[in-house]
Amino acid sequence: MSVYVVRRTLQALLVLFVMSVLVFAGVYAVGNPVDILINPMADQIEREQAIAALGLDKPLWEQYTTFIEGAVTGDLGRSFVHAAPALGLILERMPATLELASAAMLIAVLLGIPLGLWAGLKPHSFAGRSIMAGSILGFSLPTFWVGLMLIMVFSVMLGWLPSNGRGPTVELLGVPVSFLSLEGWRHLAMPATNLALFKLALLIRLTRAGTREALLQDYVKFARAKGLSNARVILVHVLRNILIPIVTVIGLEFGSVIAFAIVTESVFAWPGMGKLLIDSINLLDRPVIVAYLMVIVTIFIVINLLVDLLYSVLDPRVRLAEAKG
Amino acid sequence: MRGNLLLAVDGLRTHFFTRAGVVKAVDDVSFKLNRGEVLGLVGESGSGKSITGYSIMGLVDPPGRIVGGSIRLSGRELVGLPQEAMRALRGNRVAMIFQDPMMTLNPVMRIDRQMTEAILAHADAGEAAARARARDALVAVGIPSPDERLAAYPHQFSGGMRQRVAIAIALLNRPDLIIADEPTTALDVTIQGQILYEMQKLTRDSGASLIWITHDLSVVAGLADRIAVMYAGRIVEQGSCADVLAAPAHPYTQGLLDSVPSRNPRGARLRQIPGMAPSLMALPEGCAFRDRCPRAGRACAIAPEMEAVGAAEAGRAVRCHHPLVPHTVEDA
Ligand SMILES: Nc1ncnc2c1ncn2[C@@H]1O[C@H](COP(=O)(O)OP(=O)(O)OP(=O)(O)O)[C@@H](O)[C@H]1O
Ligand code: SF4
Ligand SMILES: [Mg+2]
Repeated sequence: MSVYVVRRTLQALLVLFVMSVLVFAGVYAVGNPVDILINPMADQIEREQAIAALGLDKPLWEQYTTFIEGAVTGDLGRSFVHAAPALGLILERMPATLELASAAMLIAVLLGIPLGLWAGLKPHSFAGRSIMAGSILGFSLPTFWVGLMLIMVFSVMLGWLPSNGRGPTVELLGVPVSFLSLEGWRHLAMPATNLALFKLALLIRLTRAGTREALLQDYVKFARAKGLSNARVILVHVLRNILIPIVTVIGLEFGSVIAFAIVTESVFAWPGMGKLLIDSINLLDRPVIVAYLMVIVTIFIVINLLVDLLYSVLDPRVRLAEAKG
Repeated sequence: MRGNLLLAVDGLRTHFFTRAGVVKAVDDVSFKLNRGEVLGLVGESGSGKSITGYSIMGLVDPPGRIVGGSIRLSGRELVGLPQEAMRALRGNRVAMIFQDPMMTLNPVMRIDRQMTEAILAHADAGEAAARARARDALVAVGIPSPDERLAAYPHQFSGGMRQRVAIAIALLNRPDLIIADEPTTALDVTIQGQILYEMQKLTRDSGASLIWITHDLSVVAGLADRIAVMYAGRIVEQGSCADVLAAPAHPYTQGLLDSVPSRNPRGARLRQIPGMAPSLMALPEGCAFRDRCPRAGRACAIAPEMEAVGAAEAGRAVRCHHPLVPHTVEDA
């Protein structure tokens, strides 16, 4: 087990290192922040002072080593725009994004698994077909368009829900959250639904396919041959088996929900990391962009690790393989 | 034995309504089984053996359906029985064991749960009592250190051991009837022999009747009291094991016997039945075996009925116009 942890940690560090190089080079290629950040009226001397202050006068490799030196101590640089530590800016926005992503994932799971199960059990029924048709819509409609439509209908036409922001937040263990107040819920409902849609469609399809496959397996027939009730066969025998791939996908998709919250956050002006990223790209605020990407990669790595651990809890066959290895 | 009838299947027809057409997987199957008796249900792949078993268990899935006939267990009609009543019988009065032991146990559940749930589905036993019974059942099928094994997962067992567990589960509620669907086919030859022997002993001890499904006549030779040979969804020959093996009456049974290696002299060429089993959607007119039958004649264009052959008291019957054993002469 400890060998496993060490190996995974080393892998994670390697991935982070490679990512930092790519991100650094990529951001450098995007454009020169000097043109945006510095007052066009400034004279040559002022310009050079400003460039030196941002560290942009040094060659790229030197900028990179400075970044890495800071990174190992947890300092991912200072924002050009906000004149504050980039990491701090991101962590400040993280609760909003995590709350949005969690709410979206919760909606996707709570609706997706039962609907997928139903569609898998009765694939030829009207309900089964409708669920599948709905999931195709969920896949094919662009997120931003659905977001705009939601705003059109529920904010503009019906006036039921607010169209932007987080609303008032309540402190929970020092972290601001929306879901503890009714007003917060009203703000959270639309963006979370919007972000959930694609994952909901994915979970429906995955659960349905898994259910249909499991139903053909001998162990299901044998379970029925034992005289178990249909409910037990489905909720215990079928579900426990299909839960293994589903949990894996939920875990991995959670990372992408956080990463792709960008679109939803922009549409609903949700004050999360994604919105910060878009703003930073517009201003070519390099340290924030780099820091954001490093944080996202770290989140992916941590989630992957958690999924692997969970997987071995759910699937007894994996446990054995690990104990041997 | 008479008066001790356990199972009477009469004119059973189970069809599958597929897009390509109606598959008559079981078409007019009739047989009887007494308590404690072993019936060998023999036939080529696709002849409808498993579907016959599923029909008795009430486990035929759509697009399949029992479209006719009756199945009586201890006098009670099973065809058309409400779902809940059928569920209460399954695993309780009738149990089934499947071919592939690697697939029949749920891979993500511990053995103890898979066993106790079979008890708790039919009785208000407590968890502890159910566990004790599960343990005893494992001992009965010859699984060493049962307490450890109860806490194990299926992948920690060999194929033979898994089949023993499946057998233990089938026997848990002391069923009246066990349907064993080729339970040894997927196993090593040595293990096959052991399982066969154990099954025989266990069913005899418990007084259960057994339907042993196989495509291999040599397997049923030492096991079955009676044999029913299936071809294309129908039973074409029935009789006591000894009679049928000594002198098969149906040309198809003869063909099956000729292709069993152990029954033929060393060095002699095994004769295979020529041709292939016909599609159940496009059976030939008349006798379904006609295209492959060496004895086929003009009469065979009309489908033969099940008729008695041999000595009247032997209770043999065959579905053939030109049987190898003469039709029973009826007393006037
Ligand atoms: N779901 C289904 N849809 C259509 N046809 C089916 C279905 N299940 C079974 N059949 C048909 O029913 C026929 C009988 O099948 P069955 O499984 O009873 O054969 P079997 O005698 O058990 O063969 P095997 O020795 O291969 O197990 C087969 O020809 C098969 O094509
Ligand atoms: S009825 Fe005719 S074709 Fe059919 S098995 Fe008998 S002899 Fe052969
Ligand atoms: Mg079969």
